[in-house]
Amino acid sequence: MGLVMPNPGTVIWMLIIFGIVVYVLKKFAWRPILDALKERETSIANALNSAEEAKREVAGLKADNEKVIAEARKERDVILKEAKEIKAKIVAEAKGKAAEEAQKTIDQARQQINAEKTAAINEIKKQVAELSVVIAEKVIKKELSNKGEQKKMVDGLVDDIKLN
Amino acid sequence: MLKLSKVILLLFVFSLLGFSPLLAQHGQEEEHSTSNHASESQSTKEFNAGEYVLEHVSDSYDWHITSWGRDHHISFPLPVILYSKHPELHGGKKFHVFMSSKFHHQHDDYLGFRVSESEEYDGKIVELDVHGNELGRPFDISVTKTIAEAIISVILMIVVLISIAKAAKRNTGKAPSGLQNLLEPIIIFIRDEVAKPAIGDKKYEKFMPYLLSVFFFILLNNFVGLIPFPPFGANVTGNIAVTMVLALFTFGITTINGNKHYWKEIYNPDVPWWLKFPIPLMPIVELSGVITKPFVLMVRLFANMMAGHMIVSVFVSLIFIFTSIMGPAAGFGISPVSVAFSVFIVLLDVLVSFIQAYVFTLLSALYFGMATAEHH
Repeated sequence: MGLVMPNPGTVIWMLIIFGIVVYVLKKFAWRPILDALKERETSIANALNSAEEAKREVAGLKADNEKVIAEARKERDVILKEAKEIKAKIVAEAKGKAAEEAQKTIDQARQQINAEKTAAINEIKKQVAELSVVIAEKVIKKELSNKGEQKKMVDGLVDDIKLN
Repeated sequence: MLKLSKVILLLFVFSLLGFSPLLAQHGQEEEHSTSNHASESQSTKEFNAGEYVLEHVSDSYDWHITSWGRDHHISFPLPVILYSKHPELHGGKKFHVFMSSKFHHQHDDYLGFRVSESEEYDGKIVELDVHGNELGRPFDISVTKTIAEAIISVILMIVVLISIAKAAKRNTGKAPSGLQNLLEPIIIFIRDEVAKPAIGDKKYEKFMPYLLSVFFFILLNNFVGLIPFPPFGANVTGNIAVTMVLALFTFGITTINGNKHYWKEIYNPDVPWWLKFPIPLMPIVELSGVITKPFVLMVRLFANMMAGHMIVSVFVSLIFIFTSIMGPAAGFGISPVSVAFSVFIVLLDVLVSFIQAYVFTLLSALYFGMATAEHH
């Protein structure tokens, strides 16, 4: 019977001992241990989270990089295209200008030729007129060599004056 | 293979070592029976297995280490603290504090006190009247073997756990080290597998210190009871007063933390009205449940640990039974079997130690969970 009857003295001692144990351990052992556990768990969770975030960031960066590269490529293409266009334009412009210039030169040449031609013709005309005067002089001199003729002529001239 | 055989050898050696105090106790037993004690009743030379087993598992006033021959005892005296209502029988004082060595290994009376061997008060200190008749028990708050062992294990536990707490503080946010590594998984297990599911994520934190304390207290004292050499080996968790205190703590915490819902379920449960009026049948059933829960906690732990110690003692006492019946040769012949079975039982007890500590903690957590559950 002694085994299954709790001894009051033992109960009192155990109440004191176990009470002290619970109090002391609660204050000096479990609180720090549980707090440390919690802190470590949160720090691990945080570390995992930040690792995940970093991973995501890296993936984002990669995507960004690719985007940037693609953009650069596109831009390069655009620039190249533009450059080609500009080249074509410049060439075309140059060609146009050259043709214009040539035309101008030709026109000038033509004008000059025309002017020279006119001058030459005028010269010829003058020469012809002088020659004709000279010829006419000679002819008249020859014709007025006899007196009748001379008289006729003067008459004719006097007639003309009368008329006036 | 070599390793396994070494382990087995080691276990055998340890078990033999471990039971040497028991073997010695046997000697004391015989010696007892022949001593000229005043109230010596049954004087038998025969080995009394029942007595031997009971003496091994029950509490005592001094810490018996070993004895040989008739009068050679080595035991560690423990303080006896008594309060008597009859000061005239004890030198005029009511309050007495003396070492248990004054009883000279329970052979002598001291100041009108005696360690009784009668049927009623076996092994307990009783008061004597002037004629040497046993009057009854004084109020006895002696530091017995169980208490001394509990104090030792508690000091051990506090020292270890506070050092771990210091390590935990030092290693905050870092990897655990040393003993911290050993105990943290257990602490996490109690938290995540016992407290959280049983009490709930919101309220479990409040009960963690108690649950951890009770778990480690039971576990350590279970183990301490299995270590067979001083200053260990006393049967702490196999003492019903100890388990009663543990159960009382659980009961007290449950009662203090019981919320409205918990009390309503007890005094006014949702059952048909005729179960509550005119005879409050269900409230009586519920209220008895409140008492039964800690009672069951108390008995389960006590019975399990007590049984483990008893079985080991019984297997060891087989040796002496055989010796006393068929001679020393038979006793010697049976000893390997006894030792093998004892080793098996001790190993089983290691498992039981864990299971009982776990079960006590889990059930406490479940009761706390019930007391704090919200209405659903």
